[in-house]
Amino acid sequence: MSVFSLEVGIALLGLVLLLIEAFQPSISRRALGLTAIVGVSLALVLLPFCGTALPGFMQPWHQLDTLAFFYKGFSLVITLLVLWLTLFCAPYLTRFTLDGRLAEMFSLPLIVCAGMMWMASARDLVTVFVTLELVTVSFYVLVAFARKSALSLEAGVKYLILGALSTGVLVFGIAWIYGATGTMRFDGIAKALTLTTTSHSAALFGAALLLAGLGFKVAAAPFHIWVPDVYQGAPTPVTTFLSIGSKAAGFVVLTRVLDIFLAEGSVIATEIQALLLFIGSLTALLGSLPAIFQTNIKRLLAYSSISHAGYLLLALACHSSARFDLSSGGIVAFYLATYLPMTVLGFFSTALLRANGLGENLKDLTGLAKRNPLFALLTTTAFASLAGLPLTAGFLGKLFVFLGLADHGYWGALTCAVIAAAVGFYYYFKPILAIYSGGDADSPSANAALAFPAIHKAVAIVLALIILILGVYPKPLQGMLKQEPAAKMAR
Amino acid sequence: MSVLEIIIALPLLAALAVWLGAPARITSLGAAFINLILVVTAIVRYAGKSGLAFTHSRPVLENPALSFAVGADGISLILALLTVLVMLAALWQIEDRPDIFFIASLLIGGGALGAFLTTDVFFIYAFHELALIPTFLMIALHGRAEPAQRRAVAWKTTLYLGLGSLVLLAGLVWAVLEFSGGSKLTFDLEALRNQARLTPLPLEKQGQIFFILLIGFGTLVSLFPFHSWAAPAYATAPTPVAMLHSGVLKKFGLYGLLRIALPLLPQGAQVPWVQNALLLMLLGNILIMGLVTIHANRLDETLANSSVMHMGYIFLALAAGTDAALKGAVLLMFAHGVSIALLFGLCGRMRNQLGTLEYSKLGGLAEHAPSFTVLFAFGVFASIGMPGLTNFAGELMIFAGSFAGFKGTLSNLHWTVILSLWGVVMSAVYMLRAYRNIFHGSANTGLFMIDPAPTQRVPFILLAATLLVTGCCPWLLLNLMKTAL
Repeated sequence: MSVFSLEVGIALLGLVLLLIEAFQPSISRRALGLTAIVGVSLALVLLPFCGTALPGFMQPWHQLDTLAFFYKGFSLVITLLVLWLTLFCAPYLTRFTLDGRLAEMFSLPLIVCAGMMWMASARDLVTVFVTLELVTVSFYVLVAFARKSALSLEAGVKYLILGALSTGVLVFGIAWIYGATGTMRFDGIAKALTLTTTSHSAALFGAALLLAGLGFKVAAAPFHIWVPDVYQGAPTPVTTFLSIGSKAAGFVVLTRVLDIFLAEGSVIATEIQALLLFIGSLTALLGSLPAIFQTNIKRLLAYSSISHAGYLLLALACHSSARFDLSSGGIVAFYLATYLPMTVLGFFSTALLRANGLGENLKDLTGLAKRNPLFALLTTTAFASLAGLPLTAGFLGKLFVFLGLADHGYWGALTCAVIAAAVGFYYYFKPILAIYSGGDADSPSANAALAFPAIHKAVAIVLALIILILGVYPKPLQGMLKQEPAAKMAR
Repeated sequence: MSVLEIIIALPLLAALAVWLGAPARITSLGAAFINLILVVTAIVRYAGKSGLAFTHSRPVLENPALSFAVGADGISLILALLTVLVMLAALWQIEDRPDIFFIASLLIGGGALGAFLTTDVFFIYAFHELALIPTFLMIALHGRAEPAQRRAVAWKTTLYLGLGSLVLLAGLVWAVLEFSGGSKLTFDLEALRNQARLTPLPLEKQGQIFFILLIGFGTLVSLFPFHSWAAPAYATAPTPVAMLHSGVLKKFGLYGLLRIALPLLPQGAQVPWVQNALLLMLLGNILIMGLVTIHANRLDETLANSSVMHMGYIFLALAAGTDAALKGAVLLMFAHGVSIALLFGLCGRMRNQLGTLEYSKLGGLAEHAPSFTVLFAFGVFASIGMPGLTNFAGELMIFAGSFAGFKGTLSNLHWTVILSLWGVVMSAVYMLRAYRNIFHGSANTGLFMIDPAPTQRVPFILLAATLLVTGCCPWLLLNLMKTAL
């Protein structure tokens, strides 16, 4: 079985579930969700054993290197977790859907997953565009899924309008790059960018537009304004998916295109580098500073997600880090892998609050340490790791970014990143403090135990353990991402 | 497996066990007691050796080279001894408090032990951060003030220490980049020190890196003017946290300067602009904070500010950089840790029994609490620098060692030593006045307190005895530091 057929299989499974749901309303949605989970888990198990054979017609469009494999696994994992979260949220979410059921909530994530997996293998701008749209269009539906909730509808409209705009910008950029280099293929563009005959300004304009379009997807400043509203309004599983899946998808493409733009001899390398450092610093700061004032956990996580995008962009700006085992793309992948468990756990905490009839605000966390010590500990782990506390996964990711910046001597950007991280200590500790404070004088009902079903407990514990283990033993992950020269050549 | 790994793991495991429901007092006291025995055995085994001992390394990452490496020399062992002593005392004196007091104390102690006994810059830093979270949480949740006020104090502390840590991180990263040499980054302190010995940096650069490290570590040690978090934090913190933080965790910054900054940048502190800046700052600690302390009108304020003030002497030793002064600094770190923990522990008891620490409301406590008074007197006299208690040996070595290079003309350093000596006078003024106000005369409020039960005296006797033993025989500790620092 080849990787490509696995991807086709995921997409087909998504379509089949969609059809079943449309024509067999009697089948329980839970069964569909479980089918999807089984399918994705199966794919995840099979992935490491898959061959690299490709059908002939896909040869020019598809590549399989270390990063592609990693991001495929990443997509499967996050899809799996989102499906799990959807099942967990189902009793609450169905109150806000039109038919009182979760129709496409189980099939669309599969299609998004297939899109992300293909994107990881893209080797030309057409594939990038098609797969990116596959992902984005599915998200338009998912974000507005809770139709009876005004916030969700608002989020849907905002995401649709700004998403469409950014797609337009992206296509415009692709067109300019095609005009400047005469090709859509990554290797062709890379070659053309080293030629002196290539129009410098046209290529730069195209590249800048491309970065703007992708910047929207990864929530980079100044294209980040939509993020808090959309993250707050969208159903929690979808927000999780957006904040991790969509961001990872954007970054895999960014890694690929920046590899070309910043390659040695590229005519636009200096400008793009400066642009990245600027955008990255700005994103880290504009994510962190407004987060101080947030009282809603989802909005807080939204701003946190913006500021993490900033660190990731800064990592990409350090293009060649000869002193690490990881390339800049590897560092980004590592960072995203550490970002996944902590963010899922963070959003899971809001879902759990909702499931227990509480709100999503910081004050709803008050006294939770008394009501459920385990939940308190898990959430503390997640937020401590998001803040980048040493011995958690989050610290290592930040450390790599900071080391890279210092190694290249980008002191300005490093200062901004450090300030953003320092501010992070403040706003990530607010939820932790809320969890452990209060709760004594409250009414007896407020001190009742928090419902936390065993199976979900198990998943959450595993996520927290991953955070802690990656924090002290990151070697396996680093080994996985180590760049093999051979794979690099294959492009 | 090295014995040091067990020493680091024990308190952390005990904290976990308590959290899972093990009987808090027995578990934590047991762990602390075993740790004390382990550390003392390690010290006995180390006696007469030099360099790192009990080393063991588990690689975490290859490039950048990062490993969980433990190892101890004389300084680490002295500070480890300080940690286990204070941890035992702090745990022992907890009465009728929720389990979280035990958990937090064990975590702070375990974090401090980790920071003192690992030899990888990454883990040294990481363990210190680990110890900061419980400190912050305990101040915010169980601090002795109104909720809004203790929260504000907790935030202030966190922001100061968090920012200080980040400045420190920047300095450490710079040092790692400079001293890694070749193509591979390493966080191994020994490798970095070897590289520093082989290819020292140019003076100006040493000064720059040293200055950043000084600000970073200095904020953690409440170096003037980055000290304003310390006094409210200690005055607000629950007793065991105040004991552990002021006694042990604060020493981490000094330890870092001694173990990381000085060996890597041997001339860093001697670059004129760095030295002058340091001298000015430490004079701020000694003279300005001394005056502030004299004007304090509550016991917890006096203790908290005096703890900030005494750090000035240790910075003086760092500025001088002579062997005698640095060894004196280590001795004073130990002595100050034990004496301030003793004082904060007793101060916590007083607050519990009396409900106030204001001098105007206290007096004549000696009448009904003679043992308590004697124990308190040990802390007071140690803090003043009375001969026979450890602090005296430390301060004397620092002053003598810093003045050593005198050849007829007074340099800035010598002037600073002369001015710093006034600090000793000031400590005598405020400590003796506090002692007289509280224990002698009579209280117009009629407040009085009784001696703690004999079992509750044990932790304080332990600390007081330590001061006396190492004060009369300072060579016990000094012999552990045979080689020059």
